[in-house]
This record gives sequence, C-alpha cells and structure tokens, in this order.
Amino acid sequence: MQTETKSRVDQLTTPAGHPVTVLRFEGDIASTSKDAVLGVYQALPKDSTKLVLLDFTGVDYINSSGIALVIQLLIEASNAGQKVYAFGLSPHFTKVFTMVGITKYAGLFPSQTEAMAAL
Amino acid sequence: MSEAKTTTVEVKLPTRLGYEKVAMSTAASVAKLMGFPEDRVEDLKTAVAEACINAIEHGNRLNETLSVGVVLRANTDQLEVKVIDDGTGIKRQPAKPDIDRKMHGEEDPRGMGMFLIQALVDEAEWVAGSDGKSSYVRLLIKLDKNDTA
Repeated sequence: MQTETKSRVDQLTTPAGHPVTVLRFEGDIASTSKDAVLGVYQALPKDSTKLVLLDFTGVDYINSSGIALVIQLLIEASNAGQKVYAFGLSPHFTKVFTMVGITKYAGLFPSQTEAMAAL
Repeated sequence: MSEAKTTTVEVKLPTRLGYEKVAMSTAASVAKLMGFPEDRVEDLKTAVAEACINAIEHGNRLNETLSVGVVLRANTDQLEVKVIDDGTGIKRQPAKPDIDRKMHGEEDPRGMGMFLIQALVDEAEWVAGSDGKSSYVRLLIKLDKNDTA
C-alpha cells in the first residue's frame, strides 16, 4: 500500500568548491523505508563524505516512522562528523520538521540551487 | 456542505501499515469539500495518518483479523474524526519529544505520533473503551481557525 521509497546518490561540488553527497528520495518515507534511507546513507564512504544533502523533492508522504529514520541518519552523521542539510520539503513537512526540532541539526533550504549556494 | 446538518463518512481499514493513507485521503477529501484551506488539510492528513498508525501498531497490535474504524463527522464549522481500534487505550500521554535527547541516544528516535497529532489539530483526546477495547482517539479541526487568528 505504501509507495516504495526509491533513493539514489549524486556527487556534486558547490560553487565554493566543496564536495557534496546528495541523497535523493522518491515515494513515501515510512517504516518500510529503512534500506532506502539509512541503508543508502550507511553505504557512503565515511572518510570522504563531509557534506550530505537530502533531496525530498520527490517525496509526498512522510510519517513519524519516516521522521525517525531521518533522525537516525542525523545521529549517525553527527557521530561521523558530517554536516547534513535538506531541501525540497513541502511547506507542510517543513513545518513538521521544524516542530520536531530536526532543523536544529539539519539546515533546510527550499531548493537545491539555494542549498548549493549556501554550502 | 452549507447546511447545518452533520454529514458522516465511515471507513473501515485493515490492520495493515500503509492503509492509513486511505483514511488520510478520505479525510482530505471531506476537508476540501468543507472548504478548509490547503495548509489545514495537510495538517489533518498527517494527524489522521498518525492516529491510524497508532491504532494499527499499538491498539490492534498488527493483528490483521481486526479492523480500524474511522468515522468523520462534518458540519458547517468543524470536522471531527474518530479513529477506533480494539486496544485498551493509552495509560498516559508520552512526554513531548526532545530532539536533543534523541540525538544523544537518550530517547528513542520514534515516538512522535501523538505529539504531531496534538500539535496539528485543534483538539485531540484519547478515550479508553469501557469494555477494555473499542478505544478511540477523537480529533477536531475547526474551519474558522485561520479566519479568527
């Protein structure tokens, strides 16, 4: 019933010359999304990944279990000394992420362009 | 939808994760018919989805022989949603989630459903069934909230 979560990884460089690993999600982010969210993140090389950008542009539905997966990703990234940012959330999920405090640990940007310009 | 009478819509969901989206879509359709603005429809969708997930996971304990009932009652100025399961109800409200405690491993990353429900609707109450089952959460969202804010 839940739309399968798809994810892919892109390597980009910011205008300031910093390498950024972009995790792009598509579909629902729910309890069934562990492999697509945490699994894909955990497969990134820890030593060379310093900036992680989460792309939620293709995500329509995130529930509390999905938010918990994002928080688990943030915990692991924090432990690895990585910085995490996100873009592409709808106004509603921007509000929800702010309400639960995620914005304290992951900066949110409206678009990839704005995120890349700021990093 | 302009008459003063109450319109009732009922949905019966299987106890299976993912089917909360059926209740979510139904609630959104009713709210749109009533004239709720888009941001309030989105609030309601998340609250209803979380209430159904709680009913599926905690109330019915993923027992697929049971169902989750969703009853929407719409009148001119508010929409009430009851999500009914066969659990015994909640004993006490969980503490408000604390992102710092979660980030430091002192609190489970999960456990935000009830907080989101309370934060996104105008009223939320959890009622334990008097017979030890048929517990429900009752959500209320008022049509004129943004107009009077």
